[in-house]
Amino acid sequence: MDTETPGMSWHEIVVDVLKRHQVKLVTYVPDNVLRPLIEAAHADPFFTAFSCAREEEAVGIVAGAWMGGVRGIVLMQTSGFATLPNAIASLAVPFQIPVLMMVSERGTLGEFNIGQSLVAKTMRPVLQALAVEHHTMTRLDEVEFIVDRSITQAVATQAPCVFILSPLLTGGKVFAK
Amino acid sequence: MSFAANHPASRDQAKVLNRFDITKRLVKRLKHDEAVIGGIGYTNFDLWAAERRPQNFYMLGSMGLAVPIALGVALAQPKRKVIALEGDGSILMQVGSIATVAARKQTNLAIVIMDNGTYQITGGQLTSTGLGADIVAMARGAGVAQSAWAADEGDFEELIDLSLREDGPWLIGCRIDREKPADTTERDPPRIRDQFMRGLGVKA
Repeated sequence: MDTETPGMSWHEIVVDVLKRHQVKLVTYVPDNVLRPLIEAAHADPFFTAFSCAREEEAVGIVAGAWMGGVRGIVLMQTSGFATLPNAIASLAVPFQIPVLMMVSERGTLGEFNIGQSLVAKTMRPVLQALAVEHHTMTRLDEVEFIVDRSITQAVATQAPCVFILSPLLTGGKVFAK
Repeated sequence: MSFAANHPASRDQAKVLNRFDITKRLVKRLKHDEAVIGGIGYTNFDLWAAERRPQNFYMLGSMGLAVPIALGVALAQPKRKVIALEGDGSILMQVGSIATVAARKQTNLAIVIMDNGTYQITGGQLTSTGLGADIVAMARGAGVAQSAWAADEGDFEELIDLSLREDGPWLIGCRIDREKPADTTERDPPRIRDQFMRGLGVKA
């Protein structure tokens, strides 16, 4: 099994693996936990990174880019994922497009916003209902293996894949008045 | 600006065109394997009926995503012109995507809106464009300065030619009638996607 590169943070590992797999397009609706990953994508000329008005739009762009020959990933938080079942069920899955998605998980392990904690509970049941491959990453030493292997699988099987960033990995968002 | 001055100032002043007729006119003007993304509904059906080009992509659901999908194709293939064909009800669902296109300054992208002011496929309920909203004005407000209503069939062809020749992004508003579409798109998503990717040269 691959092990973590000593001293690397989760987002540095993700950037590394995305580059290795030629995932060049990063579309997102921002989130605080994702901030270092978003900033790294903007800072690195390898990536084309920009924000979208809605998560569905970000999925559509990545789907179009895939058909045009460029790989991409959508970054969002759990409440944003809750807007996506239609786009996943009527675009990514039936057209067999490997849309990669990374979700910063809110709603658990210290959530302070009841709206976030309720909407987060819809995420895994939706993914299970659609039979979409998804992995929750909780430890630094599993990030590279999960992202690396899952991108390979998504492309090979022409299927979308969702990476869930647990607060156990990222620290999450802490309560602030 | 002079570009806008040559075209109808508002939706009310544009001639009502026939969707299948102008879709055929559009397809006839495509000479360089331009990609066309057909949104859902009758816009999509008439694109299918007009000509089954391998560079056409036909959505089957995901209402509102024609512009984002077209933007993705345009980003991936900057040398190819890409057209998003979308209805008024659909573009109202993802109106923010016009601002994204403007922010990207996506020069190889044109958006064509087929606007009959109704959700025609579900029984003709009015959309907000049928009650006064003006998509061309909204697009200009979003930053797509090269947005215009097609005055008539000839003007539509001129605008399409201009969008294929010059840098965009473009938005071309078309007031259309409520005729039934000429055919129904075959609902076979993997086949549509595979043919589209081959048509774009991504798959051999």
